[in-house]
Order: sequence, then structure tokens, then C-alpha cells
Amino acid sequence: MTGPGPLLRARALSCRFGGLVALDKLDLGVASGGILGLIGPNGSGKTTFFNVVTGIYPASEGRVDFAGRDVTGFAPQKIYRAGIARTFQRSRLCLPLSIFDNIMVGNHGRLNHGLVFNLVRRRAFRRQFEQSFEEARELVVLFDPPLADRLFEPVASIPMIDRRRIEICRALISRPKLLLLDEPSAGMTQEETRALMDDILAVRARLEGLTIIIIEHEMNVIEEITERCVVLNYGRKIAEGSYREVAADRQVQEAYLGLE
Amino acid sequence: MPAMLNRSEPRARPLPLAGLAALVAVTAYAIAFLWIESELAILVLVLGGAAVVLGAGRTGWLDRVGAELGRHSALLNAGAIVAVLIVAAVFYRDHFTLLMVATVLLYILACLGLNVQFGYAGVLNFSGAAFFGIGAYTSAVLTMNTGVPHLLVLLTGGLMAALIGSILIYPVLRTRGHYAAVVTIAFALLFKTFLEVNAVLGGPQGLNVANMTLLGFDFGQGIEVGPLEASFLLNYVLLALALTALGMLLVQRLERSWIGLDMDAIRLDEIASACFGTEPARWKITAFTLGNALAGVAGALYGMMLAFITPTNFTFADGLVMVSIVLLGGIGNPWGVVVAAAIVIVLPEKLQVIQEYRFLLFAALVILILLFRPGGLLPRGRRRYLPGWSPP
Repeated sequence: MTGPGPLLRARALSCRFGGLVALDKLDLGVASGGILGLIGPNGSGKTTFFNVVTGIYPASEGRVDFAGRDVTGFAPQKIYRAGIARTFQRSRLCLPLSIFDNIMVGNHGRLNHGLVFNLVRRRAFRRQFEQSFEEARELVVLFDPPLADRLFEPVASIPMIDRRRIEICRALISRPKLLLLDEPSAGMTQEETRALMDDILAVRARLEGLTIIIIEHEMNVIEEITERCVVLNYGRKIAEGSYREVAADRQVQEAYLGLE
Repeated sequence: MPAMLNRSEPRARPLPLAGLAALVAVTAYAIAFLWIESELAILVLVLGGAAVVLGAGRTGWLDRVGAELGRHSALLNAGAIVAVLIVAAVFYRDHFTLLMVATVLLYILACLGLNVQFGYAGVLNFSGAAFFGIGAYTSAVLTMNTGVPHLLVLLTGGLMAALIGSILIYPVLRTRGHYAAVVTIAFALLFKTFLEVNAVLGGPQGLNVANMTLLGFDFGQGIEVGPLEASFLLNYVLLALALTALGMLLVQRLERSWIGLDMDAIRLDEIASACFGTEPARWKITAFTLGNALAGVAGALYGMMLAFITPTNFTFADGLVMVSIVLLGGIGNPWGVVVAAAIVIVLPEKLQVIQEYRFLLFAALVILILLFRPGGLLPRGRRRYLPGWSPP
């Protein structure tokens, strides 16, 4: 670990469902500003790790520290307020709602949700709305300029790649410190994946200090954008290092290809 | 939750002045409908109206009118109020028609409450009639036994409904989807039984309710203007209109705010929205309480208007009628509630032949709507935070 210490650190983190061990004493850290790849076969515990970190599943053992404090067992809302935002493996946007609405779901922490503010003080609401609209548009322009003119169309009417972009915008609008990307390329073609990764790198360059953990099955994506990777198998960490190092690892090859 | 999409929205080109024309047409249609007494003529009117709406829907005109009205929300609100005033003026001496109009208005107010609960927060409440009844019984007890000013009685009716509803909050939060609905069914059944065995509240015989008095004016007597004397029910129509207009404004503002967004988000994906800081419990409680309060206020005035209430006014079946109004009109669209409440309440009164089969017919209608037009008669459009606003 280099720099001022890890932004996120999991120590001996376990998650069990009855007899099934989904995470087994996982140790993992990501440095502030870094990009960590999380890889491993299906069912190796990658998404479970995200779900435990974001408070959807409770940890059975171990702890998670974020930005220097213990966040183990925090509710998802508290994790969000601490500065962690995520995307989901299977797109979880609100399809009937507009692009703008979906992005504003992610902006929750910066909006006023008071009854009086929303129902009575409509002028103040108007100002907040207009400011939020500008911010949403600026963010979407970074990904796809034409999409920024369609912010009030329902998400159901846009193609998969744009939905992924909107999901990432929803996660980024609140300016999180840590972004968890759960298989952003799922269901997309090679070119679409390329375009999306370029977008992510471009946006990261604009948002200083954004740390990313990315789960991905497309190995060229991992090779291209991550600095370090952690390989999971059956909930355990079996390798860690640069992509080249872990790709050369015998245990990793066995996990992916099986024993001869 | 099925995706409720209006395919042609927001592409439908608005049609200038079409909104105004539609308002005039609907008002004229309503007056004709209420005026005519021959059941055959009513039947012709129903079929004719249905044909026009279906035709307009097919050709996309309905959506264009909708798009036009969506842009001029304030005009639509004002136009609807004027329309009710015109109808009330036309039938100023007709008890029967005014009673129907006031009942429609109060059902609209109660169903706007259900619309907040189900349409926005996703909490399906089958005990709407029970909360309506809590309002009515509150006004019976308060007007007959105390000197509480009647405007305050209306407020207390809403407050009592919200308060008693809070008993249900815990089970409603603990259970999800259909199970929460079952809890409300149980409450609706319990409520009627409770009233029937409760001697203090009149048991099956029910209770008398005093007339509304507002600033010293007794609603039991009709307004006199020169030689014309209006029915006392005109007073109730006007007050019901004022309350319903306020309720409408409240629900519209709610939908056009971050709170409306919060409620939609938890209905559509509780876990994803929780990952972005939204508290599902907070918004379910808000929606449930607010919705019950609206039903309670409506019920309080309804009780005063009827002057006499019994447990059979507030049964589970009435709760079902309220839910079917929300489904029929268009889940989440307050204007859908307005249209559906008018149809569901006025139609069986004017077509006595169907009175006996009305539950059967409404059930069939709801099933047909859910099958062929899941968004309802007036599907909910996209959220317009600021009507008339367009991106700079």
C-alpha cells in the first residue's frame, strides 16, 4: 500500500448465509485515488463484497473501515452519506422515471427533503431544481452530449449503454469518494464496453481523487484501467497484484480454467 | 410493479387551445349526463362518450390534448373548478344531482389520498373507506356532543384518521407488497365489526351528525339570491369543491417535488434507492399518514352532509370501490382519480339497471383496464417539477 493509507479497508471480512460461506476472511484495501479490479469466477463473492460494504448484507465477522472510521454494519443510507456510491450488476434504474429523476435519486444527500421546503417554499425549490438540473446536465455531457438534451425522457426509452451511463451518473452526482462499479460491461458489445471505459477514465480525470473498485469479467478492461487487482474464489482472496502478475498466477489460472 | 409507460409521452405535440376545448366539451357532457333522465338516452351517451374517447385515443389526439393540458397545469386546475361551479349553478335546486356531485368531490379527495399511498409510495390500502368512516364518525361525535368549530371538526377528522392509521404503520412497514395489502383488508373488516358492536358509536343503527356551520352560517339552509333559492346541498358542493381543490394542489405539489421522487424511487426499487440515502420507512409513513388524513377530512364532511351515518356506509366493499377508482383512473395521476370517481359514482345512479350489478361491472372494468391499458384511463405522464418550465 502506498500513499496516505487506504481509503477503504476490509479486514477478515466474512459473510455467511446459513452454511454457505460467501466471503471468507477477506482482507482488501484500496488506496485513495486508485482503481482496484475485483475479479474471479461467478459466485466467488465479488458482488457479495459490494453488498456487505454498502450495508445490504450484514457482515458475519470482520470489519470495514472507510476514510479512517469503522463503517461495519452501517445501513445503506449511512454508507451513502459517508461517501460510497455504487452501480448494480443488473441495471437497477427506475425505468418509468425520467433520466433526470434517476440521477436525482443519487443526488439525495444534497437535496432538501423537508415537507415545508417541497410543498410551500416553491421558489426556493425552483432554485434548487434549476441548480440540480445544471449539475445533472454537466455530468451527462461528459458521457454523452446528445443524451443531455433528453434528460426528461423515461429511462425505459434509451438503449442499454446509455442506461449504464445514467447509472454511473446517478452514482457520481453526489461526488462520492469511492465508486463501486459492479460489472459495468454486462450485456454490452465490445465497442460499447470500450466507449464506456473511455468515459469512466475521462470522468475520473475530471473528478479529482475519485477512487474506484470495479468488478469485471472483461479481462482487457481490467488490464487497461486497473492498477491493481484482487482475485476471489469461493469467497477467499487467492491472488493480488497488477493484472500481469495475477494473470500469470497458477492458482488464478486453475480457478478460471479448472485443473488439468 | 409493472412499468407504467405512456408510449407517446413526451413526444405528443401539444395542441394549442385543445385543452380549453376539451374542458368545455367535458363540462357540457357532464351537464347533459346529469340532466337526462331516460336510461336509454344515458346508455347512448355512455356509448357515444366511450367511442369518442377510444377514437381520440387511437388517433393520438387524446395524448396531444393531454400534453397541452400538462403544460398549462394552472389553467387546467382553474378550468376544472369553473366547470364544477357551472354544473353546480345549473343544478342549483336539484338535491339528487347536487348530492351526487358532492359525493364525487369527496370521493375524489379520499382517493387522492389513496393515490399518494399506492400511486406514489406503493402502499396498497384497501381500508380507504374505513379512514373515510373514521372522519365521519369523528364529526358525528364532535358535532353532536361538543361545541368544537366545524372547520376544526373537519381537521380533527383527518387527524383522527391519520392517528388511528398509525396503528397500521408497523405491520405495513414490516410486510411488503401484497402482504401489506392484506393487513389493510383485515383492518377494513375489523373497523366495520368494531362499529357494529360498539354501543357508544351507535352500533348497527349508526349516529346522527349535525349540519356543517361555517362562520355562523348553517349549511342546513339554502343560499337565497333574490327570488332564487338554492338547495342546502349546494353549500356542501361548494365546500367539498374547496377542500378537494386544496387536496389536489397538495398532491400535485407533492408529486412535483423531491418528495414525490423519493416516493416513486422506493416504490420502484427500495434497495437501490436505500443505497442512495432514501429512507423507505420515512416516505411510506408520510404517504400513509397523509393519505389517511385526506380520506378522514373527506369523510368528516361526508358525514355532515348525510346527517346520519351507519357502519354500512364504510364497508370493505366501499374501500374496494376506492381502490378501483385509483386503478381505473390511472395509478399515480390525480386527474385520473377525478375522471374515474365521476364515472364510478355517477354511472350506477343514472343507470339504475346496473345498480345491482355495479360491483360485478366495476370488477370487470378494472380487469379489462389492467389487461389492455395498465396505465389506466389517463396514464400518468412524466413528472413536471415546474409546469411550463423548459430547459434553458
